[in-house]
This record gives sequence, structure tokens and C-alpha cells, in this order.
Amino acid sequence: MKILVLVKNVPEVAEAELEIDQGALDLEDLEMVVNEWDNYAVEEAVRITEASGGEVHLMTLGNEDDEDVLRRGLAMGAHAASHLCDEAFDGSDPATLARVIAAAVKDGGYDLILTGVQSADLGQASTGVLLAQELGLPHATMAIALEPGAGEVVVTRELENNTSEKVALPLPALVTVQSGINQPRYVSIMGIRKVRKMTIEQIEADDLGLAEESLGAAASMVDSQSLALPPMGEGAQMLEGGLDSVCDQAAAILREKGGLA
Amino acid sequence: MSGVLVIAEHRQGALREATLECLGAALALGGEATTLLLADAPDALAGEITGRTHGLKLYAHPDLAAFNPELYLPVVMDAVKALQPSLVLMPHSSQGMDLAPALAGRLGLPLVTDCTGLSWNDGALSVQRAVYGGKAMQELALKPAATVVATLQAGAYQAAPAGAAETASESVTLTELAPRHARRFLEYLAGVVEDVDIAEADILVSVGRGIGGPDNIPQAQALADALGATLSCSRPVADAGWLPKSRQVGTSGKTVRPKIYLALGISGAFQHQAGMKNSGTIIAVNSDPRAPIFQVAHYGIVADLFEVLPKLSERFGG
Ligand SMILES: Cc1cc2nc3c(=O)[nH]c(=O)nc-3n(C[C@H](O)[C@H](O)[C@H](O)COP(=O)(O)OP(=O)(O)OC[C@H]3O[C@@H](n4cnc5c(N)ncnc54)[C@H](O)[C@@H]3O)c2cc1C
Repeated sequence: MKILVLVKNVPEVAEAELEIDQGALDLEDLEMVVNEWDNYAVEEAVRITEASGGEVHLMTLGNEDDEDVLRRGLAMGAHAASHLCDEAFDGSDPATLARVIAAAVKDGGYDLILTGVQSADLGQASTGVLLAQELGLPHATMAIALEPGAGEVVVTRELENNTSEKVALPLPALVTVQSGINQPRYVSIMGIRKVRKMTIEQIEADDLGLAEESLGAAASMVDSQSLALPPMGEGAQMLEGGLDSVCDQAAAILREKGGLA
Repeated sequence: MSGVLVIAEHRQGALREATLECLGAALALGGEATTLLLADAPDALAGEITGRTHGLKLYAHPDLAAFNPELYLPVVMDAVKALQPSLVLMPHSSQGMDLAPALAGRLGLPLVTDCTGLSWNDGALSVQRAVYGGKAMQELALKPAATVVATLQAGAYQAAPAGAAETASESVTLTELAPRHARRFLEYLAGVVEDVDIAEADILVSVGRGIGGPDNIPQAQALADALGATLSCSRPVADAGWLPKSRQVGTSGKTVRPKIYLALGISGAFQHQAGMKNSGTIIAVNSDPRAPIFQVAHYGIVADLFEVLPKLSERFGG
């Protein structure tokens, strides 16, 4: 089976102090990491080819520094990687990104295309399914299990409230992968070093025959956007003092509200 | 029509509450709300929608018992072309994520997802959404468009109250469905059988990715034992297998309402908050003062959880 996995670098924000610069997140001091959901998708693709043969191709759309997300996936066992990189792509909305990616993959002969359910940055959960429409492929989102068979793939989709459903898709198809579908393998620095020499295909707008005015902010559905941090001091009453004092206060709250002795 | 077209959602014979929230948003936006309900027996589900939408179109076909985007798409696309709504609205759910981008893609319409606020500004849509795991709010002003497709975050809007609108309904029996692709629904699977039911607990000690690894779980268990509490977790902890899936709190886990919810190293992403925000008293411990969990917690402690854990256990004889 020939599988394409779309991967993306995202800023690690969980423990970071965010700053906003001209309406966008200031990425200066943030570490870039593979989008959590994409990591599960790469692992799933590699496992499928390990079990029954085939190849895994990776593709990312991002700036020059984002090549490391491809190297990381190659170290996990992917066979080839392409990097869509062009300033003309900056400011594109998901529909435009889907058109760009479609132009790059349409003749690839892939049986299965995997993406993460969403990317952790803007969480739009849109690009994968839009890409399926551009390519004229059937799709299913929220996969927590994949069973590829002859001419079709059975996808277990996570639904709400601890239920799921099984659906069958004819191949070729596009599936978005939910976290927890597998346990992604560990990637060591050594592993990444080993794939350092693998060539990564570079693709620019020109190579795809895409006109600049059909890309970027000019073609976006968005007129303007802004970003704001939630106001500090709203919400929880913060317990202040040294560690012992804070723990005393917390213990008192637990006793009172929890009816504990 | 310049109003809102809502795509109703139902599963295993019950309408999903998120549909009524979409109607709440539609009514808040003003103008006509029309609802499409596709089902095997739509009449049985129409009751809750009636009185909350101006127009109701019931499409019946035996194959519409379970959701399938390939069966929905031709019907919804035809309705959008015929009604020309300014907005097509559906929940940001497993169904909405499957349907909305496909609809927008096939019709070439702008798409905004997981919206927490929607408003019209001189004929163009303004959208609010939470980004970066809930640590920032994004505001988008869209370019004017005839129709926009949007999905709504659960809980962002109140359900439309009964009697908010007078409903004119119309039934359409579909003789043929016209899927583009042969995607087939096979079956529903019930969730895993639980070791403990976290929804029954009075006190939950809940751990997130901040717990660092399986080796640290016993420390949290020790506090839970000292408090007579049950251990629960956020999704990454269950995904990594540090605790069983049945312990997961959130939209794709369990909704809990304990007397006390003690969140340790949980950032408080929307999908987690949705499962615990109605707890009696929420105490959050997080090293990041900007963690979104502090917006829903009643009491917050900015500290390293590994310093707090042993000290708290100690105070309860642990
Ligand atoms: C469709 C869908 C459904 C989902 N369903 C759910 C769901 O049901 N439940 C759920 O929980 N999530 C769900 N998620 C995932 C959700 O979006 C978040 O990714 C997840 O909740 C984050 O978990 P976390 O807070 O444990 O981890 P993170 O966001 O990584 O946060 C870890 C936190 O720990 C803090 N921390 C780290 N070390 C320490 C320390 N030593 N002391 C104190 N604090 C520390 C950090 O500051 C940070 O705030 C879902 C996502 C999707 C797309």
C-alpha cells in the first residue's frame, strides 16, 4: 500500500508564556514540535507498511525550519518526504492549502492519505477533509482504528460519549487520525541523524503551476484577524503564600467542600 | 433566504442537544432559521426541534438511520442551492467535522469551525474561536460571502428555548440517495467496560500530561487514597496508557460532576473542560499561571504538582 501522511510543525504552547505580535502568535521563543495528531498518523502508516508492505510518503507545508518534522517522520520509518515551501503560501486559508496540497499529490498514486484530526495550533480540523474533496476521494474523520483490506479500509470512528462506529471506505481514501490510535514509537537523536542524508523533495508554487494571486492572503476567505490572550485574574481565586501555606489552604477547602475529616 | 440553515444531528434514535444550541445561535443571529433533519423516521425526532426553528424540512429514507456524509451531502447541497442561506450551521462534533468541510469543499464555500461566537458585521461574518489549546482567542472578520459554512463549539450558545419560533414543517420522502462515494456505515460500538465509574465519585483527583509518565501515577494514587477519592485523567494520559480509557474526563470520555475536582497538570483544553466544568468545587494545580484550567477552576495553585502532591497527602495522613 502506498500511503501519504500530511504532517505539520506546531508551537509547543502548554507550558509556554504566549506573546502576541501584530495580531499573531510570536513564535520567537517557542519550540516547534510535530503536531500530536500527525505523530499518531505517521506511526499508523508505518505500522501498516511494516505489516503488509508498501511505502509511506510524508508531506508538510511550512517554512524552511519545518523540515525537521519530515526528518522526524523519516526516522520513524517513512520512506520519502516532500516539503511544500514558498512565501506565496503564507496567509493561506485551509481551502487554499487543500488546493496546493492537492496539486502536489494528485498524481502520486496513493492508496491512503492520512492526516491528524486537527492541528494543535488553530484546531480547525478542516484541511484533511477539504483535501479529500479536491482529490475527489471518500473520507472519514476521527479514526481510532484502521483495518486496511482489499480495495477498502474499515475505519473505527470515535464519536461522543464513549461510543464509536465502524465505517467502510473504498480505496483510495483520506482518513483523519485521532490521538490514542496507537503508541507512537520513540524518536531518538541518533535516529534522526541516520536519516540526515535522505533527500527531501522541495516543491514551490511554480512547480505546481499555481498563480500567486490564487494563494495566500489575497485568496483567503479572511479579511482580517486578531488574537488576544484571556484577561488575567478572571476565574479562579488563586491561593497565595509559600508552599506549606498554599497546601494548608487547599487542605482546608478539601475538608470543607468534600466533607472530609 | 438570508437566514441560517441548521443541519440536525441525531444518534441511535435520539436528537443531539448540540442541534438545539445551533438553533440558539441561529435565533441569536436573527432572521429565519431553517432546519434539515435527515433520518430513517424523522417525525419521531422532530418534536424537540419544533417550536425552535422557523422552517423544518424532514427527509426520510431507511438508510439515513445512521450518519453518513455521502448520503447527507447531496441533500444538503441541494437545500443550500435552493435556499441560499447566509450561514449553514452545525455542531463541531464527530459528525460536523466529517460533514462541514466536505460541504464547504464541494460547494466552494468559506468554512469556519469550532466557533464560540458568531455575529454579522455589515453583511460579513465575524467569528470568535479558541486557539492554541485555549490559551488564546482568535477573532476572524470574513470577507463578504453569499453563504458561509460554520461549526459551533458545544456549550458556546444556550439551546433555543421551546416556543422561540413558530415552525412550518415539510416532509420529503427520498426515493433515491445519490452518494458520490460508497462509504458504508457498519455498526456502532459501545465504550469499554469500566473498572470504576468516575462519574459516581464524590472526589476526583485528576491528572494530565503534567504527571509526566506512568511512574508518577502512584504518587497521585496515594493522594487519592488519602482523600478517599478516585483517580481520573485527561486524554493524553489515557492515550499513552498510563491510566485506562474509562478514567478519561471530557467530550470523548466521561462527563463528571463530583463535589471536588482536583486537576493536577491539566491545561484545561475545551474538550477537557466540557467534561468537568460543572463540578462542585474545582481546584487546579498548574505551573503555568496562564493555563486555561484557571478560567473554570474555583481555586488555583500555581506550583509544581510534584511539590504539592506529597504535602497534600501528608495533610490527610497519607
Ligand atoms: C475531537 C477531540 C476530542 C478530545 N477529547 C478530549 C477529552 O475527552 N478529554 C481530554 O482531556 N482531552 C480531549 N481532547 C484533547 C484536548 O484537546 C487536549 O489536547 C488535552 O485535554 C490536553 O491534555 P492535558 O491538559 O493533560 O495536556 P497539556 O495540554 O499538554 O497540558 C499539560 C499541563 O500540565 C502543566 N504541567 C506540566 N508539568 C507540570 C508540573 N510539574 N506541575 C504542574 N503543572 C504542570 C502544563 O503547564 C500544562 O498546562 C480532545 C481533542 C479532540 C481533537
